[in-house]
Amino acid sequence: MSGPFTGTGHLVRLALRRDRVLVPVWIAVFALMAYYTAAATLQVYPDIAALRPYSTQVNASPALVALYGPVWDVDSLASGAVYKISALGAALVAVLTMILTVRHTRAEEEAGRLELLGAGVVGRLAGLTASVVVASATTVVLGLLSAAGLVAAGLPSTGSLAFGLSWISSGLAFVGVAAVTAQLASGGRAATGLAASVLGVSYLLRAIGDAARPDGPTWVSWLSPVGWAEQVRPYAGDRFGIALAGVAFAVATIAAAYALAARRDLGAGLLADRPGPPVASPRLAGPFALALRLQRGVLIAWTVAFAVFGAVVGSLANSIESMADSPSAREAITTLGGMSGLVDAFFSVELGASALIGSIWLVQSVNRLRGEETAQHAEALLATGVGRRRWVLAHVAVAAGGAVWLLLVSGTTIGLSAAATLHDRSQFGRLFVAELWQAPAMLVLGGLTVAAFGLVPRFAAAGWALLVTFLLLQELGPLLKLSDLVLDLSPYRHTPRIGAFDAVPVVALAVVALALLGVGLESFRRRDVPA
Amino acid sequence: MVLAIDVQGLVKSFGATRALDGLDLTVTSGEVHGFLGPNGAGKTTTLRVLLGLLRPDAGSVRLLDGDPWRDATELHRRLAYVPGDVSLWPNLTGGEVIDLLGRLRGGLDPARRARLLERFDLDPTKKGRTYSKGNRQKVALVAALASDVELLLLDEPTSGLDPLMEDVFRRCIDEERERGRTVLLSSHILAEAEALCDRVTIVRNGRAAESGTLAELRHLTRTSITAELRTAPTGWDGLPGVHDVRTEPRADGVQVQCDVDPDHFDDLLRHLAGSGVRSLLSRPPTLEQLFLRHYRSDTAAPDAEEAGAR
Repeated sequence: MSGPFTGTGHLVRLALRRDRVLVPVWIAVFALMAYYTAAATLQVYPDIAALRPYSTQVNASPALVALYGPVWDVDSLASGAVYKISALGAALVAVLTMILTVRHTRAEEEAGRLELLGAGVVGRLAGLTASVVVASATTVVLGLLSAAGLVAAGLPSTGSLAFGLSWISSGLAFVGVAAVTAQLASGGRAATGLAASVLGVSYLLRAIGDAARPDGPTWVSWLSPVGWAEQVRPYAGDRFGIALAGVAFAVATIAAAYALAARRDLGAGLLADRPGPPVASPRLAGPFALALRLQRGVLIAWTVAFAVFGAVVGSLANSIESMADSPSAREAITTLGGMSGLVDAFFSVELGASALIGSIWLVQSVNRLRGEETAQHAEALLATGVGRRRWVLAHVAVAAGGAVWLLLVSGTTIGLSAAATLHDRSQFGRLFVAELWQAPAMLVLGGLTVAAFGLVPRFAAAGWALLVTFLLLQELGPLLKLSDLVLDLSPYRHTPRIGAFDAVPVVALAVVALALLGVGLESFRRRDVPA
Repeated sequence: MVLAIDVQGLVKSFGATRALDGLDLTVTSGEVHGFLGPNGAGKTTTLRVLLGLLRPDAGSVRLLDGDPWRDATELHRRLAYVPGDVSLWPNLTGGEVIDLLGRLRGGLDPARRARLLERFDLDPTKKGRTYSKGNRQKVALVAALASDVELLLLDEPTSGLDPLMEDVFRRCIDEERERGRTVLLSSHILAEAEALCDRVTIVRNGRAAESGTLAELRHLTRTSITAELRTAPTGWDGLPGVHDVRTEPRADGVQVQCDVDPDHFDDLLRHLAGSGVRSLLSRPPTLEQLFLRHYRSDTAAPDAEEAGAR
């Protein structure tokens, strides 16, 4: 028998063979994250009496609710234990599934390998089917093992299953999104970028809905697949039916992807390639101009995202005032030193989040160096009058300059929208400056990524691994009661607080970042290309 | 005699694999030098060392009187390189890539660029991801040939080109030679090397197996002889350096085919003369035969006769 699906089984096996390290490691990371988050919470808060005040405080803080979602039941130990990883975890699962889906569809097609297979006994829809199967199966296994992790940590099994299903629903939804974007865009990078922007919007929508006052636009959360995952409300009602929303969305989007795939040629996107200029503009005359050109589209998308992020976060400041009604918040206000302390605490959390998100841009654009090297583009450039140091610095300049630019953008929109919301013009300057001070910590991670590129080029994922490590240290470190010595390893911990500027850590971070850049440059100058 | 490239005893290993194992290569200024060898012989590795991309483990490498590792950028302004597997940025047009690479080398001649685009029949407005392999190759060739440089390093430059374009390429290289430029042409297409190259180096397992002009190399191997004789000659067994004798009876005599070592050509002719030669055809070895001799010995040990012929 031979039809459009012929050979799917072989492609599934090929994909599993290629991902035999990636997929198990990701699954393990998620399951362990679930286990440790629950176990650590239970250790710190042995009974509900101890946890309830904390949960109440979380729900009273729009910043935390916007970032992580609410604690659905303040009287449930389990609900409080998993609130931090419910929306955030669902989004991270979505990142994994969209990377997997694009990796085996558009990225393969772009590299011409799908053509090699397509010429064999492989049906035209086999590639899409295989990647959907692999990504979906990965999500399901990941969700079930994570549920098992929660049970192992001592949480109720029904709720844990609901939690696992909530992750699965978000993961499957983004298998569908990525399957569609892989048909639309003609490059793997663009396909991932499109899917990532859908995820970004989804996360933002649920942040707006969750943080809204009860009489506000809470329905906005329901526009987002990440919102559906949250609304399953594990340990707080276990609404299994809502997990089906994500599954239904996945079925619809995957069906759309098939319809699109059936209409296009191998290698072509639906967004067709138009002819470009026959000569290069006079500005395209150096490695910096080239690096900027290569990253331009991505940077524009990030700029829009940061502008929107800043505006939304700034406008959430109005919820702070409503908080002053609750007793726990009044207590918090006193300990934090009055109303301005509360505003600063709110923005410290959000600015810290923007630093971590902006670091994704930084790592991705520094890693472009490795991408250029393995694609043999570096070889063509380094065979001209461009020296190695100049080539690396060009990409680093785009990455670091882009990161600072993003902070300028979000600093401006946060400042403007907070000043307008709180009717306090003085907020603009201090929030703008505080956002800019996030840069040194981010640049340290950038420096680490450059150093890894020079020293251990084969381990290109080092930057990502470090970013995840710092994120986990920050989120779970205090729960796990790690010593300050360990927690201080994260550069993000040394960013000065709003209104408490301290030059020493800023200068120290900048020096470390520069030293790491130096290490990366010198080691790259000494090694083989391609290595 | 000025050397554009002078490589002595070059060694480069990747882990346990010894890609180059004491390679020697000399290219005189102004010559078109063929760098021949089967896949995996070390041709691309050598070119990457010459470009300062790979650092040699041992041996000396001089390029345009400089050290390719230390003086990389200065040297690169004086040369142009066409990689074997041309990979273009997916969202830059061919024209943009040609201009970019030309500018990074220190500028290119717009008139030459336009002429080359026309000769290679290349559309510069297409995006990198939409070019076929042959067209990507053309982009890199136009970028290299339009630059005003002393040395061209070409790594299997015609792979993917159709025969018409191969012909255009050959004429371009002839013109480069007339301009006095030096060309190092790595290839496994022997007809191409035979048509273009002044001298060739045959590389095998990371070493130079032979090097010289085609005439010199031919001297190292056997010539095939086909002769129509009135009577069958006798006493073949006593003749040194004659191999693979095949005799076929003809209506009015006999046809003899054999291979002869260059040093014993004279002896053979004298021997044949006694048998009444009606016609004589002597074919010098093609580059392909030279090449195959080295290539085959990778799999089968050279027999005693062949060893004697060296």
